Amino acid sequence: MITQMLFRRHEKKTLWAAFLILTAALIVPLASLLVPEGNAFHVPGYLVPLLGKYLCYALLALALDLVWGYCGILSLGHGAFFALGGYAMGMYLMRQIGDRGVYANPLLPDFMVFLNWSELPWYWHGFDHFAFAALMVLLVPGLLAFVFGWFAFRSRVTGVYLSIITQAMTYALLLAFFRNEMGFGGNNGLTDFKEILGFNVQAGGTRAALFAATAIALALALMLSSAIVRSKYGKVLVGVRDAESRTRFLGYRVENMKLFIFTVSAMMAGVAGALYVPQVGIINPGEFAPANSIEVVIWTAVGGRGTLIGPIIGAILVNFGKSIFTAAFPEFWLFALGALFVATTLFLPKGVVGTVQQFLARRNEQRQADAVEQAYRDMTAAKAESQLATLEPQAAE
Amino acid sequence: MDAKTSRSLLYLDGVSVSFDGFKALNALSFVVEPGELRAIIGPNGAGKTTMMDIITGKTRPDSGQVFFNGDIDLTKKDEADIAQLGIGRKFQKPTVFESHTVWDNIELALNRKRGVFSTLFYRLTPADKARIEEILETVRMTARKDDLAANLSHGQKQWLEIGMLLAQEPKLLLVDEPVAGMTDAETAETAILLKEIAKTRSVVVVEHDMGFIRDLGVKVTCLAEGSVLAEGSIDFVSNDPKVIENYLGR
Repeated sequence: MITQMLFRRHEKKTLWAAFLILTAALIVPLASLLVPEGNAFHVPGYLVPLLGKYLCYALLALALDLVWGYCGILSLGHGAFFALGGYAMGMYLMRQIGDRGVYANPLLPDFMVFLNWSELPWYWHGFDHFAFAALMVLLVPGLLAFVFGWFAFRSRVTGVYLSIITQAMTYALLLAFFRNEMGFGGNNGLTDFKEILGFNVQAGGTRAALFAATAIALALALMLSSAIVRSKYGKVLVGVRDAESRTRFLGYRVENMKLFIFTVSAMMAGVAGALYVPQVGIINPGEFAPANSIEVVIWTAVGGRGTLIGPIIGAILVNFGKSIFTAAFPEFWLFALGALFVATTLFLPKGVVGTVQQFLARRNEQRQADAVEQAYRDMTAAKAESQLATLEPQAAE
Repeated sequence: MDAKTSRSLLYLDGVSVSFDGFKALNALSFVVEPGELRAIIGPNGAGKTTMMDIITGKTRPDSGQVFFNGDIDLTKKDEADIAQLGIGRKFQKPTVFESHTVWDNIELALNRKRGVFSTLFYRLTPADKARIEEILETVRMTARKDDLAANLSHGQKQWLEIGMLLAQEPKLLLVDEPVAGMTDAETAETAILLKEIAKTRSVVVVEHDMGFIRDLGVKVTCLAEGSVLAEGSIDFVSNDPKVIENYLGR
């Protein structure tokens, strides 16, 4: 049933976007590994994880679009789900270091030795296994979103109040993860990773594979999201966004509708975080910073919320801009980002993709209207001619 | 439970509710029989909308009983439960899903399983398709089925909303000011439509338009200050001195 739903007729542009992303999954690794250096088509090694990072952000923005663009839940805490997924992956990567840490302790990660801990905390058990860690990448953000959403949606917290408590949630986690006693490496977070699934995380081949994995995950997430929003459930979500009480009086349980999409979205954000960590080589509490979650909102708004493809484009564009801008004028980046958000809100309220769609729709309408008008003109002209023909004999008299 | 509650479709007894000291409903008692079309009139603030809020579970009464279909206690249910029990509600302001097409609006309203997974894996069956087409025909919207609801005129939105309520297949339909902002022709058409609908279910209409109420030609209940002032035929109610003083006279 699920596969049937996944492969139900998608919009053409979704399929094209997924196809493009999958092409990138193939081309970037090939261009990095097989094309010799110096060739114009060579992708330098440092660029691969950077592009991978953009795609992780794109996946995060896509996840936000599901709840914000389609259900009207403006989450200002999606960075928290991203970071939790990242920490789950980071814990696995820490366990892979084994006795190659600075303190060469075969049982404990370096930061625990430094804190004089004698044994591994219970919640670190199981993270030696990739499968367990992968499960946690989905479960931990999913469970947090489920519990959070259960209370928030049941109490009918909506609008700006919900945004504020999501922001508070990520801030609370930020403070908690900063504490050494939490056992997640405190301020420094988790880093100095060596291997993932037995492959060196620094190696070009591993990086290429991670990039491909990210691109495939993004394409799958796009297909899944599209299947969700095009189903009747997706239509109910939009109904909740536009007229929540109408949906309720039609007999839908709005809280369950919101809870499901919020949880799915959090899991997607978790996967994005898990793919991000091995590519950037570190996860620390800074990822929980409220500003990060707000940035995700900006990417989504710039690309066009409620379009699925828009947030992907927005995330890539803005982060590409950020990479260039922070290298050229590092101190002005936040001003530029703020200006971008203001400009988008004022001039492109539907974002880049939304505006293009609107333009195309309008042109289409105009063409149809023109065709109708032309047909009408032809008709009246013909009529006038025939009338003229009947009038002429009289005029001659 | 006496015989009266079990026979009636909707039974309100001594319902009171106050907001910050203001008594919106004051020991309101009111009964709707199965298959009845009832009109409710009353000045602003008489408690008409609050009464609908209580019946549909949006507001909880401070005291009093509300029973549906004999013995279902509505005060213990929420909006979604009550909607699924078969009470449909039309708002004062037309409330349709503006970014959906007319067709999708009706499809969403259709009385089918409404859980997350049943909607996620829902497929339009030929039976459902036929039903939607039938409803579109009833509310005269077939030609506009692919248009976005946002592009409809005010009157058309009212009709679409009535169509959505029909799709919900309610036993009781609560309609709040259906002809507000409609042209005279639309108003007359709406009266015909509501009478048509009332053949198969109970309908309660709240309206200010006395001409429209006269068109309906049904039993009228006049509310004032949260309780029933008078009840009977339109002529009986409009000649009642209390009604004239409280409502019509002003």
